[in-house]
Amino acid sequence: MTTTPVPFIPAAAEREDNYFNVAYTVKSWLLTIDHKRIGILYMFSVTFFFLIGGAAATAIRLELMTPQGDLVQAENYNKLFTMHGVMMVFFFLIPAIPGVFGNFLLPIMIGARDMAFPKINLMSWYLFVIGGTISLAAMVLGGVDTGWTFYTPYSSTYSNGWVVLTLVGIFLNGFSSIFTGLNFIVTTHTMRAPGMTWFRLPLFVWSHYATALIMILGTPVVAIALSLVIVERVWHVGIFDPALGGDPVLFQHLFWFYSHPAVYVMVLPAMAVISELITTFSRKQIFGYKFVAFASLSIAVIGFLVWGHHMFVSGQSVYAGMIFSILSFLVGIPSAVKVFNWTATLYKGSISFETPMLYALGFIGLFTLGGLTGLFLAALAVDIHVTDTYFIVAHFHYIMVGGTVMAYMGAIHYWWPKITGKMYPEWWGRFSAFVLFVGFNLTFFPQFIVGYLGMPRRYYAYAPEFQVLNVMSTAGASIMAVGYVIPLFYLIWSLKYGLPAGPNPWKATGLEWAVSSPPSPHNFDKTPVVVEEPYAYYTGRNQLGEPLQ
Amino acid sequence: MDQSFRLLPEQSSEVAHQVDWLYFYLWSITGFFTLLIFVLIVYLGLKYRRRSEAMPPKVGTDMRLEVAWTIIPLVISMSIFVWGAGLYVKMSRSPSDAMEVYVVGKQWMWKVQHPSGPREINTLHVPLGRPVKLTMTSQDVIHSFYIPAFRVKQDVLPGRYSYEWFTPTKVGEYHLFCAEYCGTLHSGMIGKVFVMEQSAYQSWLSGAVQEQGPTGSAGAKLFADYGCATCHGQQAPTMAGLYGSQVKLADGTSVTADDDYLRESILNASAKIVQGYPPIMPSFRGQLSEEQVVQLIEYIKSLKVPERNY
Repeated sequence: MTTTPVPFIPAAAEREDNYFNVAYTVKSWLLTIDHKRIGILYMFSVTFFFLIGGAAATAIRLELMTPQGDLVQAENYNKLFTMHGVMMVFFFLIPAIPGVFGNFLLPIMIGARDMAFPKINLMSWYLFVIGGTISLAAMVLGGVDTGWTFYTPYSSTYSNGWVVLTLVGIFLNGFSSIFTGLNFIVTTHTMRAPGMTWFRLPLFVWSHYATALIMILGTPVVAIALSLVIVERVWHVGIFDPALGGDPVLFQHLFWFYSHPAVYVMVLPAMAVISELITTFSRKQIFGYKFVAFASLSIAVIGFLVWGHHMFVSGQSVYAGMIFSILSFLVGIPSAVKVFNWTATLYKGSISFETPMLYALGFIGLFTLGGLTGLFLAALAVDIHVTDTYFIVAHFHYIMVGGTVMAYMGAIHYWWPKITGKMYPEWWGRFSAFVLFVGFNLTFFPQFIVGYLGMPRRYYAYAPEFQVLNVMSTAGASIMAVGYVIPLFYLIWSLKYGLPAGPNPWKATGLEWAVSSPPSPHNFDKTPVVVEEPYAYYTGRNQLGEPLQ
Repeated sequence: MDQSFRLLPEQSSEVAHQVDWLYFYLWSITGFFTLLIFVLIVYLGLKYRRRSEAMPPKVGTDMRLEVAWTIIPLVISMSIFVWGAGLYVKMSRSPSDAMEVYVVGKQWMWKVQHPSGPREINTLHVPLGRPVKLTMTSQDVIHSFYIPAFRVKQDVLPGRYSYEWFTPTKVGEYHLFCAEYCGTLHSGMIGKVFVMEQSAYQSWLSGAVQEQGPTGSAGAKLFADYGCATCHGQQAPTMAGLYGSQVKLADGTSVTADDDYLRESILNASAKIVQGYPPIMPSFRGQLSEEQVVQLIEYIKSLKVPERNY
């Protein structure tokens, strides 16, 4: 006889009109302006692009098991790592957490019925999907082999791949970002419920706000940079190719001016999730709320000032190198502040270790290691040796995968009951989190070592002494793949067979847990009134003043 | 070559040890803080694991902690910055007595030219203990000249010269890798750096693939063949003593006549017109390869007396 307690399900959750079942037609999904449905649409599309990027990664790691280039031809390998980078960076990491969880949760967390611009929200999703499809079409038609960084003059003059088509897809996707950022900012400014002051906002909102600032200010620059590559490639206007009178390093400045802040677009939403998970599963207020909130803004601002650290050996002056180096050290400080505050939140908490919390704690550890390896790269003399090697690859994968993807998995599990009304199977969740953590470290830690040994990146054939570490990395990747595939199965399974979740299975204080699971189409029956700061677990009440149950 | 399992490449240049010390310092910091956070999470997670549904007490923030964990990371970061920047400045300034070698990168090979004549493909022979300065350019896309054992790397750009220098401290054979993705055979754009004892290097020099004598004399021949002597020395600025001097331009500004200036003047003279001269020098773009430009520059550098007219 099982002793699993049956969650309390108030009548509201059994009503007919939740956002899922209010209409079942394809048209009601593809023409929806409900921010929650748009979040689900994003969930499907980002998962699709993630799987494509993952398939490319699988081929890459299989090739790298041996020092010789023997699985694929050189040109195809180059197309594979380009596809991996383009799909993962532009069509997963940048849109995933904001597109899925930002969209789904932001209005509910602030007590609003929807975003400020619901139709623009839908257009964002279409721009993303169309852009992704175009870039994917370029891959299918024959591929592009420039790397996701498109350095000139290789991309603008020498490459024979489908460069222009790929860039068009990325350009359109950029506008998806810009419009999403616009929506987040306007919604946060204008649609907060009565009593929801700025310092009562959940940190999830603060971090997404900071993200939105970067999306709006930075994305147009990369749009221009990539357009100029198209102009040079199609009409041979000399911008970047010295043979036409251009400057190749100019491209790098324009590209990295966005692409560095872009990494904060990828990590700030992940940090947003972690703030929610740590507080809920410790049942404690965040330690240093204002510090964490302002740290998010600082990361966004300082993040615009460090792009030259990607160019220490590119032909920048020594003085520019020094300035970018010191600023790059400064940008790490707010992230350190956040890590310490999250850890301190555990102090005197009431901590449980469900799947989302395992992902959150894993994030903190892996982000700490990944972030600290950023210090190696900010240090000029060391960066000379390790730039363009696997040390860099390891660094950014620790943050992007060990950080953002872990946070995404944590978010999926945490808000799954809210989104679907069902619980996922807890022990499978914990098992997968563990498998992912082990696989991840085995995949990427050896890459720090092989990078310092001198193995350059984007090599499909390498010096034989690097093989042992590469085999370890590939073995780790196969374990990681298992960690990603298992949740696909049990999450789909839970849609039909999962335990009904109830509105607040985690006893959390946010407004999203005060509504039914799944929420009704307009989120709230009547405008909520916020009376409490966020994460006020010590009062036993949520932000509306209702008792937690 | 050393095939034993290593965590570091060989330390074969003067700076390699110094870079590695900074690297160890960085790992110590990384290891310390990662371990600290890990231990704290495990300790706090276990000590405060949920035992009942009772809500925990209110714990506000603590200003002293916030200040401490802002200031301490800041101080540590600045220590790393100062160390790294100081070493970097040293790595950026080559000694004036460095032996110069020219490198031209192209898809997908390295062409190396010693001023005294020898040419190499995908290899670089250097003598032990002497500083070597590489002057590098690309014929097509961006490449990067990376010698892990020396801890040096610099992108090799089309349209410009870039420089890197090192002093080899250990005899041996070391990897040379292209480290900027440059197309299909990027992984194959590799080679070997040979550091030899002085005597071995001398005998290599005499046996190596030679141009017709020193690079500079090849340049002298080009100077004549391409008609440079026709104008230069008479109605065009003299080349004698030009290299390294300050040149006054028509727009009033002054530039130093370095390698980049000479290369630009050959390939795109109209970019900088010398004051007092008409803008009539033709462009040699497309007529001279990068290697020939390098040979001409070597020749011009050698001109300390007024050159003869032919």
